[in-house]
Amino acid sequence: MVTNITNFGRSGLSDWLIQRVSAIILALYTIFMVGYLLFHPALDYPTWNGLFAQTWMRIFSLLAFLSLAAHAWIGLWTVITDYIKPTGIRFAVQIVVMLAIFVFLVWGVQVLWGA
Amino acid sequence: MNSKRPVNLDLSTIKFPLPALTSITHRITGVILFIGLIFGFWALDASLSSPEGFEAVRHALDENILAKLIAWGLLSALAFHFVAGIKHLLMDGGIGLELESANRKAQITVVASAVLVVLAGVWVW
Repeated sequence: MVTNITNFGRSGLSDWLIQRVSAIILALYTIFMVGYLLFHPALDYPTWNGLFAQTWMRIFSLLAFLSLAAHAWIGLWTVITDYIKPTGIRFAVQIVVMLAIFVFLVWGVQVLWGA
Repeated sequence: MNSKRPVNLDLSTIKFPLPALTSITHRITGVILFIGLIFGFWALDASLSSPEGFEAVRHALDENILAKLIAWGLLSALAFHFVAGIKHLLMDGGIGLELESANRKAQITVVASAVLVVLAGVWVW
């Protein structure tokens, strides 16, 4: 088996599986959010805030954000290694993507449990 | 491999089969969605921060043409990425791997996401 330590799960098979599982979680989260917004056309702040005050919604959202982080990294890693051949530039772009994912994750946690 | 065989790597002269086009679009929409996370997290953060923040997001989506365009664009990218992702999962399950059905599924992906793109536009406006 070919291993490459710069990918997410350290093996293509693991990446493949994580990408599928995270995709399904993200699909469920997307369907839920779109459905919720469609069924609440006159949404107000207390209702919206109340939804995200529920523990299950926070956990569901955190699961989605973690899936997003893994999914985005595996997807962008694949795209970056396919199209950016010079090692230095590829490395730099990968670091930028990694930092961006980290920022999004921290931001998401702060939104869910923040002050 | 015979190294004397002619090689053409000029992408502009190659006619891509539809499944190739949906594949590259899946990648492009993925990159767009990643960049669009800035707007998504901003909207989520602001809308949950306070009643004023909630109204600011609502106002932007109601009045601001640029915000509407961004929302529609991101929903469209999401729609395509979603449909193409489902196609991927079906193919992982061994469904429709023959040339004929691969073309058919690429066509269905294009049509289904086009419908969703229109619906997303109706929703935003």
